Amino acid sequence: MLFSSPAAASHFLAPAMHRSDTPLGLSSDAAFAAALIDPDLPVPHGVVGPHGKKADRRFAVYRNTVTVSLVTALGDIFPVVRKLVGEGFFRAMAQIHVAASPPSSPLLFDYGRDFPAFLEGFEPVARLVYLPDVARLERAWLDSFHAADADPLDPEDLGRVAPDRLADLTFTPHPAMQIVASRYAIVSIVAASRADQSLSSIEPLEPEAGLITRPDSSVILRHLPEGGAFFLSALAGGAVLGEAAGQTLADWPMFDLPSAIAAMLEAGAFTACANSSS
Amino acid sequence: MTRTETRYPDISHARFSKAPLPPRAGAGLKGDHVDQILADPWPVGFLEVHAENYMGDGGPAHKALTAIRNRFPVSVHGVGLSIGATQGLDQRHLDRLAAVVDRYEPGMVSEHLAWSTHDGTYFNDLLPVPYDRDTLDRVVTHVQRVQDRLKRRILIENPSTYVAYAQSTMSETDFISEIAHRSGCGLLLDINNVFVSATNHGFKPMNYLYDFPLELVEEIHLAGHAEDIDDEGERLLIDAHDRPVCGDVWALYDIVISQIGAVPTVIEWDNDVPDWPVLRREAQAADAILVASGRIALLGSRHASV
Repeated sequence: MLFSSPAAASHFLAPAMHRSDTPLGLSSDAAFAAALIDPDLPVPHGVVGPHGKKADRRFAVYRNTVTVSLVTALGDIFPVVRKLVGEGFFRAMAQIHVAASPPSSPLLFDYGRDFPAFLEGFEPVARLVYLPDVARLERAWLDSFHAADADPLDPEDLGRVAPDRLADLTFTPHPAMQIVASRYAIVSIVAASRADQSLSSIEPLEPEAGLITRPDSSVILRHLPEGGAFFLSALAGGAVLGEAAGQTLADWPMFDLPSAIAAMLEAGAFTACANSSS
Repeated sequence: MTRTETRYPDISHARFSKAPLPPRAGAGLKGDHVDQILADPWPVGFLEVHAENYMGDGGPAHKALTAIRNRFPVSVHGVGLSIGATQGLDQRHLDRLAAVVDRYEPGMVSEHLAWSTHDGTYFNDLLPVPYDRDTLDRVVTHVQRVQDRLKRRILIENPSTYVAYAQSTMSETDFISEIAHRSGCGLLLDINNVFVSATNHGFKPMNYLYDFPLELVEEIHLAGHAEDIDDEGERLLIDAHDRPVCGDVWALYDIVISQIGAVPTVIEWDNDVPDWPVLRREAQAADAILVASGRIALLGSRHASV
């Protein structure tokens, strides 16, 4: 995979290259960096092969390694997107994104934050309307994976709160908790794809929201019921339980509050609760 | 790193027992191998991790490395500090490296003679530096800054390269010697890199090793390489880390060990990663050379087992 394709190799051998095109006066790594990103630039001035040999194919090894390794990194961050569009298409598409938005940090697990927005504007995948939100869910999944460790809230802590004080409780979100809501069935798509299950029974235009947590050492993705994303986001944003529940029930009268609280405790969405008025 | 350290760790800080790298074969740690390594009745000498993979706040990666570190010595190998960059070190990244070193108390810390970041873009590759006085001064300053921040000596690794710079005025071995002597760092000798660069630049690997300051080598890397051709149709080797170590590199390794004695040695396999038993076989092959040739080494037992 580190080899240049025949097409790429012939490009680097094209006669249109004039070394004098390279801007002079740049530091060695500035000229090198510019030519790494832009394949239309010639091999940087002063970059040579040994004993008078040419450096075109030699320099192409660096170009190729940079592109291939970053495309691979994007594919590893967004495995469901990769599977949905196919490996070959994904690599071609990711290469365009890598050239336009290379990473700014050596932490590759932080890369790809612009990829969902890129997918939104990438015309060839416009018909896969759910793809950008699938990517958002995958990006959130990786953030959860690397988030700080913390013990989830012990349900008994909540059980000790006097019933008349429950409405005043605030909750501290777990560092690994993520909520992603979409107009599309992204939770079903991601869950099925990552489990290597068929997607054929999924109706992609169903709105879905997902809760991502890491209660133990594994990242877990769950469906949220209607109103659930609003409710948990309100709590995570610092609203007291009574206020979050009231606003949720106003918009979603069928919202099952006791089940939602039981589910959020089981998922490990929060680490602590406290009485806001105490 | 004296061997007369107290046996009782300072519990106010240390999370692990002290574990210098043994003069044995180790392996680059891959996430998929953790369970197999922990269950393997044959204990690999140590495990080396890429620092950047453990710069997240928490989660399964840290849990796995903690389990490994509880059982094995660990070395931390940075791939993203960009020590050769003209624009200086990224203090935030240096702080992150310090946090990893603080967290895992590795037996060794190493980085590359290379750059990977320029003008805010990270290229995820180890890119070559020119061998001239300005670059040397800069690299020495950077290595010293890293050692000051980490409060320990680091090792610098010789690169594999495909191109050279017309502006270079020194040999790679002289350049590396001066880095070590001026900064006080030790050296990590990657013998596959020597073989790759020798092939690509048309010199003999043994000539490179004659000129290399072997007395400063505290760790060795071995890996496999791929093969391509250059513009003239001649062999161009790619430092791919995607296959077993080749016979030529094993032969060079045997010679180096017979000269300098047994040194901690890492088998690196980063692409097309095989199951653990395949990587273990490579490590066992290195162990066999360390035992057989390390014993007769001219430089004696300066890396005697702990």
